[in-house]
Amino acid sequence: MAEFFLELFSEEIPARMQAKGADDLARLFSEAVAALKPRNVASFYGTRRIAISVELDASVPESRISERGPRASAPEQALAGFLRKHGATKEQLTQEGDFWVLDRVVPGASAAELIARAMPGLIRKFPWPKSMRWGSTSPFTWVRPLRRITAILDGEVVNFDLRDGDDAAHGLHSSNISEGHRFLSHGHFTVTSVAQWKEELRSRHVIVDATERRALVETGVNALAAEQGCTIADDPGLLDEVAGLVEWPVCLLGRIDDAYMDLPAEVMQVSMRVNQRYFALRNKDGSAAPFFAFAANIAAKDGGAAIIAGNERVLRARFADARHFWDLDRQTPLADRVEALNKITFHAKLGSQGERVRRIEQLANKIAPLVGAEPDLASRAAFLAKADLTTGMVGEFPELQGVMGGYYARHDGENPAVAAAVRDHYLPKGAGDSVPTAPVSIAVALADKLDILAAFFAIGEKPTGSGDPFALRRAALGVIRIIRENRLRLQLGPLIREAGLADASELLDFLAERLRVQLRTEGARHDVLAAVLGLGLDDDLVRLLARTEAVTALLGTEDGANLLAAAKRAANILRIEEKKDGPHAGTVNPDLLMLAEEQSLILCLDKAEPAVRDALSREKFVLAMTELASLRAPLDDFFASVTVNDERPDLRHNRLRLLARVRAAMNLAADFSKIDG
Amino acid sequence: MTLADSQTKPPSFQELILRLHNFWAAQGCVILQPYDVEMGAGTFHPATTLRALGSKPWKAAYVQPSRRPSDGRYGENPNRLQHYYQYQVIMKPSPADAQKLLLDSYRAIGLDPLLHDFRFVEDDWESPTLGAWGLGWEVWCDGMEVGQFTYFQQVGGIATVLPSFEMTYGLERLAMYVQNVERVYDLDFNGQGVTYGDVFLRAEREYSAHNFEHANTAMLMQHFADAEGECASLLSHNLALPAYDQCIKASHLFNLLDARGVISVTERAAYIGRVRTLAKSCCEAWLAGESV
Repeated sequence: MAEFFLELFSEEIPARMQAKGADDLARLFSEAVAALKPRNVASFYGTRRIAISVELDASVPESRISERGPRASAPEQALAGFLRKHGATKEQLTQEGDFWVLDRVVPGASAAELIARAMPGLIRKFPWPKSMRWGSTSPFTWVRPLRRITAILDGEVVNFDLRDGDDAAHGLHSSNISEGHRFLSHGHFTVTSVAQWKEELRSRHVIVDATERRALVETGVNALAAEQGCTIADDPGLLDEVAGLVEWPVCLLGRIDDAYMDLPAEVMQVSMRVNQRYFALRNKDGSAAPFFAFAANIAAKDGGAAIIAGNERVLRARFADARHFWDLDRQTPLADRVEALNKITFHAKLGSQGERVRRIEQLANKIAPLVGAEPDLASRAAFLAKADLTTGMVGEFPELQGVMGGYYARHDGENPAVAAAVRDHYLPKGAGDSVPTAPVSIAVALADKLDILAAFFAIGEKPTGSGDPFALRRAALGVIRIIRENRLRLQLGPLIREAGLADASELLDFLAERLRVQLRTEGARHDVLAAVLGLGLDDDLVRLLARTEAVTALLGTEDGANLLAAAKRAANILRIEEKKDGPHAGTVNPDLLMLAEEQSLILCLDKAEPAVRDALSREKFVLAMTELASLRAPLDDFFASVTVNDERPDLRHNRLRLLARVRAAMNLAADFSKIDG
Repeated sequence: MTLADSQTKPPSFQELILRLHNFWAAQGCVILQPYDVEMGAGTFHPATTLRALGSKPWKAAYVQPSRRPSDGRYGENPNRLQHYYQYQVIMKPSPADAQKLLLDSYRAIGLDPLLHDFRFVEDDWESPTLGAWGLGWEVWCDGMEVGQFTYFQQVGGIATVLPSFEMTYGLERLAMYVQNVERVYDLDFNGQGVTYGDVFLRAEREYSAHNFEHANTAMLMQHFADAEGECASLLSHNLALPAYDQCIKASHLFNLLDARGVISVTERAAYIGRVRTLAKSCCEAWLAGESV
């Protein structure tokens, strides 16, 4: 066994690409030297490096393989091609059956040879999301200039370089040299093993294990918060990001000027978290505390005083900007801003934001009574919903659209339900978002999304496999979630037509497809949804899902599973026999039912069919399934004792008609032929 | 406390420029004076845009007044200006120690990387108007952007043969940081009592009024069309440099029209496309002239 270590040292790698880069390196290396059976692969990354360590076999022994060639009877060219491909002569071939066979010896190789052979290609073709050239005419690209390659096998350098024909590739070649922190350490050091590399880096102020850096940041900022009697909200995403921005995390605490503490929490949050990657502190009661914590990448010689002062200044300037917009924006009521939306283009073919607002207004007004909202309030909220796009704050921080509108609407003295709807109508923006639950908010949120969907479908801008530039999938999922999570009883078809799309069917299918995808991610049986949709799309999603759940529940019972098997058997027999002389529709003749099992089946059908119909019409889906399940025993008995294809044609026809009735009864609930199993 | 590390007074605004000039002159850069056509950023200077093309090495540094008509605030915002100074460095090909040079330049103006938290934060630079892009970083000092560092990959729609290193410092912002000043107009301009406000406050007020209220939009549109026409005409005589002046003018006229709010979102893209077409043609003409 041998230990291999590889480090690719470059100028600063974008934080978001580091972890993926290290993983790709581990994966591609393992694939490239699979013959050495790589194991215990570990990957490391920091701001300027990605690295891996691997255990692998010290060599690959010589081996023999047989390559089967063309048939002996094949034309000469086929054989010539085969020989050329393998660099062999005809004398080396043997004949096995009809085929030529070449027995080849694959010579053994040391790990160093194999690695040296694999590395240049691997590095040249490395899949960075975006890479660049630098410094010379070399076409070699890397994410940022690649400065050094360290490749060590059991303490020895694995020698290779990146030259490729005329391309000197900046003279990059492997070595056993590495270096530490950009500012806190000087010079190079020699690498002998991965363990020594890690320890040497630690002494040179680089923590190369991302998990350890993350833990240091987490402990550090929490300790600073605790000293002030405060806490920091859990924010795993921010921790990951910060851990990728520093090699030597040093946590520091800054103070926020009291003058800015009355800014909206979301505004402070954007400035701190998004722009500056600071952790906001909270008081015990959950309110915002006048502090922020952050991680520097250096243990400064003054203990961090200058760094803290600098960061406080930066935040002060950002808050001063925000304060300016906050004060200025509130001088103009939202209602007075709506006019300006006419000058903002929404989409070349769909007119201005002003036109869009008028459409949403009408639609929200129509939806309102269906979701228990006051129509006038829904119209008012829709009228104001997009007005914050013209405010300075949203111009500066586009991610605060909606949120700022909510604040400004409250400031203008709008009805609280209207202000909440202005704030929440973009929700849900992502999988982690909650959906609006207040009636007026629901009306506007649905109107906003249905308008986008209907408008883009109307001009033929539908999402394709690769592209969804207008985020229509997200809008569709938003519609589905708002309806499901609020258990709204709505018929989407008429609303889509109301939104201006005359033929709703394509959009309804799109929604059904999103629903199917969503159910699958929830682990639900997508075949059941397909079976229920097989009856035709119900545009009342709540009813559709209630039916789906009932069918799923039925199939989970022993009766249900057996019923499904028996029903499938009935359907199969019918399919086969109908090909011969079908269809076998029509009334069953009771006089021809000779056997007791036939008679009890039809008795059961006579009772179950109307009961299922009745239960379905009252949306008692569970009851409908119970009624269906009553068919199980008589159907099982029927198959046990009755020969469907009796030699007497009249009996056969009658029995096939009986089975057709069974199929029809089952089809009342769902198209069971679409169920797996 | 002051943020500059020396015990002495932090550098004045003009001292900052002089130190940068000295530093980059020592690296072999040609120290140029500002280009005499209005432009939105130092990158538009022909010493960067045109010289980034082709295979002749080139090193230059200069201050370029940058006009951003939409950023005017009538002198009332502490950090926003419609006219400010960029310090621009270009080195072709990019030197192997570009990052070190850059950090040394910050040391030269009083920012010690052992006392401050310097970072290189991902930044993909792109100028749709110039048909140019590059990869690099925003340079951060204690959480503030103090410069932009780019390895040029393409200019005027043409892949760079020798990728350049471009560094842009926002001088006012840097000076505010070094001098620990919260309002740009309070900057010490010359170390002898003259402030930035003494020099520029009136100009900010008047130009803001011009940019937002009074610029004659019909005339600007005509000037735009004229510049576009003149650029094409000069290119037909293979006069790349005078043609490129017209391209810069067109770009600035577009920025003025944009500030006046008379360009819709859709038209915006079309205007940018028109300037890009000019820029590309000028770059091609420049390259053709270089190889003669």
